[in-house]
Amino acid sequence: MMGKKWRALNNTQLIITILVMALAVQITRFAPFLLFPADKPTPKFVRYLGGVLPSAAISLLVIFSFKDVSIFAGSHGLPELIAVAVVVALHIWKRQMLLSIALGTIVYMILVQTVFMATNL
Amino acid sequence: MNNKTMQLLKVAFPFTIPILAGYAFLGFALGVLMSANGFSPLITIIMSTIIYAGSGQFIAVNLLTAMFNPLGAFLLELMVNARHIFYGLSLLDTYKQSGKKRWYMIYGMTDETFSLNIAVKPPSYVDKNWFMLAITIMNQIYWVLATGLGAIFGSFVHFNTKGLEFVMTALFIVIFVEQWMKDKRHYSAVIGLGVAFVSLLLFGGKNFLVPAMIGIFALLTLFRKHMDISVANKNDGKEVARIE
Repeated sequence: MMGKKWRALNNTQLIITILVMALAVQITRFAPFLLFPADKPTPKFVRYLGGVLPSAAISLLVIFSFKDVSIFAGSHGLPELIAVAVVVALHIWKRQMLLSIALGTIVYMILVQTVFMATNL
Repeated sequence: MNNKTMQLLKVAFPFTIPILAGYAFLGFALGVLMSANGFSPLITIIMSTIIYAGSGQFIAVNLLTAMFNPLGAFLLELMVNARHIFYGLSLLDTYKQSGKKRWYMIYGMTDETFSLNIAVKPPSYVDKNWFMLAITIMNQIYWVLATGLGAIFGSFVHFNTKGLEFVMTALFIVIFVEQWMKDKRHYSAVIGLGVAFVSLLLFGGKNFLVPAMIGIFALLTLFRKHMDISVANKNDGKEVARIE
């Protein structure tokens, strides 16, 4: 997968994208302090979104991680399925965040570099 | 460094050790991944300085290797990092007392720094505002160093990094599992999964994000009455501690 894919963007586009992302992240950090003075109650809808958005956003990211996986070609999503099962099982068992991430990644790297090497796109 | 600064660092450092471990691992992996995708270590260091968000920067690797789409990148980063809004709301009162220091503390408010600053009680001989500032600064130094070292390592040492991008997937899955176990009800997670999946089927990998975000926002707004109760007894800002 590696290679110099980012050449899809020229330098100006690269800088613009980085700045735009930095702006978005910092908006999420500064907005509450600029919009809601501490002495006034926060609008209920904003508090509601603060409560429900994290779960929805992380679900979106999970789907996002698999956007390039094809069930009908290559390795049919098998290495992903196995590695995800390892991460979930390990995490429910031990609840050690870094352990789950590290072992899951190692399992995935071994799978795509050896077992599923021939079927890779 | 004068004595007071030394004392401050000595007191604050032990609190940051778990963050140091997490940032060292994730940051290093992110740095290697950035280099493997052809970005110079300088770009990685700049991003860790001005973006300074774990999942935000993992997503950025994807956004920077895809077609130029600044609006899509903006919206996705907004959504991915929307949880910061919630942290900010929880820290409004605390940070208000920190004077000018608060502007940097807001800038550096990651999941981990939030989880420390919302809960820590420094010893009485240390000023709390300086203490929170020290924690915020140390955490960002760890992140910039870890990603920078990973990027430099990745640009010198060439090994087969195929599959390393799974670090991001594993990170999201772990956060998802944590969130799932913490939530009393799962409407929001199910809506997120369902809408994103349907959108992926309809629009394909390149275009599914924006429709998915609109759909999620619409459904969350629509089902608000239904879900508000579950939200009230869920996150009240005290138990959010996870790798960003």
